[in-house]
Parts: sequence; C-alpha cells; structure tokens
Amino acid sequence: MTHHSQHNTQPTSNSHERGSLHVVPASVLLAVFAALLVLTFLSWAATWVDLGVWNLWLAMGIATVKAGLVALYFMHLRYDPSFYALVLAVALLFVLLFVCLTLLDAVEYYPDIHAMTQG
Amino acid sequence: MNHTDNHPANSDHGHDPFLAHHFSSHRQQYEAGKLGMWIFLLTEILLFGGLFCAYAVFRANRPEVFLWAHRFLDKPLGALNTAVLITSSLTMALAVRSAQLDRPRRSAFFLVLTLLCATAFLGVKYVEYKHKWEDGLLWVRQFRPVESAAVSHDAEAADQQPRHAGIFFSIYFAMTGLHAVHVLAGMAAVGWVLVRTLRGHFNSQYFGPVDYVGLYWHLVDLIWIYLFPLFYLIH
Repeated sequence: MTHHSQHNTQPTSNSHERGSLHVVPASVLLAVFAALLVLTFLSWAATWVDLGVWNLWLAMGIATVKAGLVALYFMHLRYDPSFYALVLAVALLFVLLFVCLTLLDAVEYYPDIHAMTQG
Repeated sequence: MNHTDNHPANSDHGHDPFLAHHFSSHRQQYEAGKLGMWIFLLTEILLFGGLFCAYAVFRANRPEVFLWAHRFLDKPLGALNTAVLITSSLTMALAVRSAQLDRPRRSAFFLVLTLLCATAFLGVKYVEYKHKWEDGLLWVRQFRPVESAAVSHDAEAADQQPRHAGIFFSIYFAMTGLHAVHVLAGMAAVGWVLVRTLRGHFNSQYFGPVDYVGLYWHLVDLIWIYLFPLFYLIH
C-alpha cells in the first residue's frame, strides 16, 4: 500500500498551519534592550563599591538577570512551548553538576598539591 | 493537493520546495527544527561549561592570581563589547520578527546591522589582543608583562607577581578565543541567512532558518554576558 504524503501547497488561514503563532512586539524587544544596557552599566558600577566577596555574587546575579531577559524575550522562551525551556534548564543543571562536583574535589585536595609544589 | 511518490526525483514536486517531505506542515517542520537547534545549544552550553569549570577551579584555589591579573584588562572596552553584542542580539531579534511579518527587505536590513555589530565586536577584540601581545600578557610561561602593562594604575600594580600568574591569561585567551571563533561562525550563518532572505526564500509561513540562527546568536551573546563580569569586573 503506497503511502500518500499530504502537503500544504497553499498557505492556509488555519492558525495551526502557520509558523510561530506569536510575534514579539517591537516595543517589548526595545524595552528588553534598554534593560540589558542598564544592567550592564549597573554591573560595571558595582565594581566601584567594595563589597568583598559579595562583588562576585552580585556580578553573577546581574549577569543571570540579563541572561534571563535574553532567554525569555530574545530567544522567545516566554511565548514558546515550555519544552524548549526544559532543554535549556537541563543544560544548565548539568553544567552546575559538573562545576560543583569538580570544585568539591579541587578545593578538597588543593592544600596537598600546594604543599607539594612549595616543598 | 495529494500526490503519490510517482514523480521524477528532480521535478517540481507540486508543493512548497521549502517544506520537506517528511513533515506534514510548516508548523511541524518549524518546531522540529527549533528543537534541533535547542539541543545543539545544549551541547554548546556544555562545551563552554568545561571552560567555566576550569575558571572556577583556578579561581577557587588561586584567588590572588585573579585579583592581581585582572587589572591588565580594559574595563571600558569590555563594557563596550558587551553593549555591542547586546545590540546585535536586538537587531537579530528584529530580523527574525521582520521575517515572520513578511518584510524581507527589513529583515535583510537588520541582518546587515547584526553583521556590523559582530564586526565591531571582533574589531575591539583585535585591539585588546594586540595590546596583550605588545605588553607581553600571554599565557602561562609566556606571561612577561612590560613595565607599562597594567591598565588600571593602582598602588598594588607594583606588587610582586603571584606564582603562575600566566594561568589567568591562559584561561582568558581560551575562553574569549573560543567565543570569538563562535562569533565568526555566527557571522557566516547570519550571512547565509541574509543571502537566502535576499533571494526571497522566507515568508510568514517559512522563516525557521532565520529563527534558528537567531537562537544561536543569542547564545553567543549569553556566553559573553557571563564572560564579561568573570574577567573584566573582578574587584
């Protein structure tokens, strides 16, 4: 039995056959852009203040907010089926696992290595 | 319009040439391609994840190296590059949007702007790398800074150089270098999509490739968003 493939030869007005249903408004893109520039300046300005170890966490926090804005709006995750966001979350989870487990080892044994190189 | 498979391989199949046979609709093709690109981005995140891990290990164990060496990096140039890449992400998102709205000329315009921003980014990186080379700020044992090397002239610049200070620059060049390679590859992809846009391939039904290249480009921006504070904003 031959398999008949069906093709849409003409664009239909049925919304299920169109590409992405959602087009991001240009105003949203511009607002996100402005926010990203402000956050960039903020993270730069934060280096003028000495917060000790918190400087690093503040910088990472601001970077994560910027990354979130890029992912949600520029990369369309806010309007997309959540499966794509799941793929991204899985990637970040495994990087986190990778870095944390490696750090556990590295920090644990560094004093021994340091002692060997000094001696 | 139904048809059987009894047509010559290279004929006009009587259907949209940009809808592959194994998809039943443009929507399905688009979603399949989008998932494919997201999975590729997952692999890219893990690729850079390895280098971020190297950064984390060295910074955890040798924080004094990072605190000493970062002064050789130019914060204003780093901030400028961040702004340039953020702008390129905006123009890329606008290009995708224009393709979705059946405005190919506007889409091409935004793609050209994206390429210009990318070129500016690489130009700034070239200036930075050139300074590093001239000032002897290279990787591991090649790290021999000249007297005038430090950009931020604070009192600690005269401090003795910590052991293995060149490691900071090893990681710096590895990460920003790999990132720059990704910017180059992204420019090639944007250029390809630009050519196809000018040939009128894309419309509101079929704009997947513009979207996928956009996703890749935003990832390149994302990675820089983390590289910038990790290297340039060390306090």
